Amino acid sequence: MTLRLYIPRDAAALAVGADEVATAIRAAAARRNVAVEIIRIGSRGLFWLEPMVEVATPAGRLAYGPVAPTDVDGLLDALLRDGMHALGLGPTEDIPWLKRQTRLTFVRCGIVDPLSLADYRAHGGGRGLAKALALGPDATIEEVLQSGLRGRGGAGFPTGIKWRTVAQAQGPQKYIVCNADEGDSGTFADRMLMEGDPFVLIEGMAIAGIATGATKGFVYIRSEYPHAVAAMQAAIVAARQGGLLGKTIAGSAFSFDMEVRVGAGAYVCGEETSLLDSLEGKRGQVRAKPPLPAHKGLFGRPTVINNVLSLASVPIILDKGAAFYRDFGMGRSRGTMPIQLAGNIKQGGLFETAFGITLGELVDDIGGGTFSGRPVRAVQVGGPLGAYFPRALFDTPFDYEAFAARDGLIGHGGIVVFDDTVDMAKQARFALEFCSIESCGKCTPCRIGSSRGVEVIDRIMRDEKRAANLEVLEDLCNTMKFGSLCALGGFTPYPVMSALTHFPEDFGAQPRLQAAE
Amino acid sequence: MAMKTSQVPWNKEIALERIRACLDQEGPLLPILHALQEEFGYIDEAAEPLIAEALNISRAEVHGVVTFYHDFRRAPAGRHVLKLCRAEACQAAGGDPLAAHAEARLGVEMGTTAPDGSVTLEPIYCLGLCAVAPSAMLDGRLVGRLDQARLDALLAEAQQ
Repeated sequence: MTLRLYIPRDAAALAVGADEVATAIRAAAARRNVAVEIIRIGSRGLFWLEPMVEVATPAGRLAYGPVAPTDVDGLLDALLRDGMHALGLGPTEDIPWLKRQTRLTFVRCGIVDPLSLADYRAHGGGRGLAKALALGPDATIEEVLQSGLRGRGGAGFPTGIKWRTVAQAQGPQKYIVCNADEGDSGTFADRMLMEGDPFVLIEGMAIAGIATGATKGFVYIRSEYPHAVAAMQAAIVAARQGGLLGKTIAGSAFSFDMEVRVGAGAYVCGEETSLLDSLEGKRGQVRAKPPLPAHKGLFGRPTVINNVLSLASVPIILDKGAAFYRDFGMGRSRGTMPIQLAGNIKQGGLFETAFGITLGELVDDIGGGTFSGRPVRAVQVGGPLGAYFPRALFDTPFDYEAFAARDGLIGHGGIVVFDDTVDMAKQARFALEFCSIESCGKCTPCRIGSSRGVEVIDRIMRDEKRAANLEVLEDLCNTMKFGSLCALGGFTPYPVMSALTHFPEDFGAQPRLQAAE
Repeated sequence: MAMKTSQVPWNKEIALERIRACLDQEGPLLPILHALQEEFGYIDEAAEPLIAEALNISRAEVHGVVTFYHDFRRAPAGRHVLKLCRAEACQAAGGDPLAAHAEARLGVEMGTTAPDGSVTLEPIYCLGLCAVAPSAMLDGRLVGRLDQARLDALLAEAQQ
């Protein structure tokens, strides 16, 4: 009998010892003369339980975790006996944290061997592409439009409209560009997907190519994700061999091929126009719009530029139909959102669910509060450019419009939890400092405003003309918000102003403010 | 990208070879710079005119691109490169005191190389390990759930 085990190869699992556990299992099995087959998979996204080891049984997979190399001998003995072990979590699919989710985009992540096209197809992969080929370009775009899918990168622009614009644009060459330069702290969904189910992104890009008439795609991945880069590169080679990419995709008359490009550590390249400039081999500077990338994008050609999660959601939309996807969610936020729980959190990880769940449910109930055991004081939603929310706003439902109504944004769906030791003035200062370092320099409000902002906050913290400087800070934030060319300068005021609004005491509002006046 | 710890010294012929190998790509400049950095560990100033000529652009344009991106080094790094994630999720999980500890223990400031050339300490803005924060990367190897003991082990390794 061969024992079949599943161990993640996801970067976060590797960072907490997944390779060491796999090595220890092989050694322990050899000592016992037991045959084991170890399949390296993506992560299920329950990171506080990583490294999580799963074993195949006739009744499905059973999970154990978090497993340390020192647990391996005992675990292997237990697996050879009756499977009972202190680290046992029961059937993986029944773990409540996983069971509560609606996994559409991440349906295969943590289940399949990410580099096996056969495994991908055995788990429903490729059906979206087949449907798109059967429907033809116009009806494919209509499906995406009807699904209500909005850009998962943060701006929330309807994906179908972007595609239609490119389909209608004229040009000798069109491109599909995947923005995999997710640089927001607290987010890791793109990374997990590229490492855990890279073929779904390839399939989504191929469908976008068929729908819009683009024959070439680029996936621009940030250099901070070397494992995702390697997984995508290997998957593209396998996809070419398997006919998912190439001159005649899936035996059709459509041609589409793609390649990986690696970023070079510039945060601003997550902004779509600066990403295009970077791909062209220039400094990653933001372009003024119009022209829209859909008309004049990469190398001046009509270009679809979508985020990883947007493109990776397309195959299931085509496969199951627009109505199936649209039925999840609330208001104008349709479908599911892979939400990422991070920072000082007890149960951190990826939680894909329909829009509408409240912030409080996510942080307290699903996340289990802080890892440090101290009270949650603030959460930053949507990355470095997202607002800090206090507990008083925990009834906010996860929805593009609901967050906007409270001067926040859901961005890429990352939630970073802070306990009561956080200094919110320091966080506000960091937001401005980060902006000043990462500003591409093209527009003045962002380039100069961020540097002046740091100086102003420093003066406030030194109690120098506090009231006057608070006014300057607010004015500066308004200038940045309304005068910047892109979201870097335009959204940096969100963390700054939300910290100031919700946590004025950290800026010395009382008692020092009273004393000063 | 994961840094190789042993690169070859600057060599014009090898550089030209690596440049030429990228020329059939659309928008080849970033791939060229990555290739050179992989080969030599940094972008030698002498590479700029070679690239400019190969791509038929000005040297100023090449220089502008090299200096725009944080990843491209202007000089070789230390024998080890330790990157500490300094973004919000790692800050929330106790990254600030760990970064201060690393600086004190190595006697270098963030973003600089130890005088003996043993280690370069750098901040990185998000490795995407935000649910196992704080995190670090030593020569391409990822480490999560960093605490003082784990960091000390990494620092000892980096000082070798």
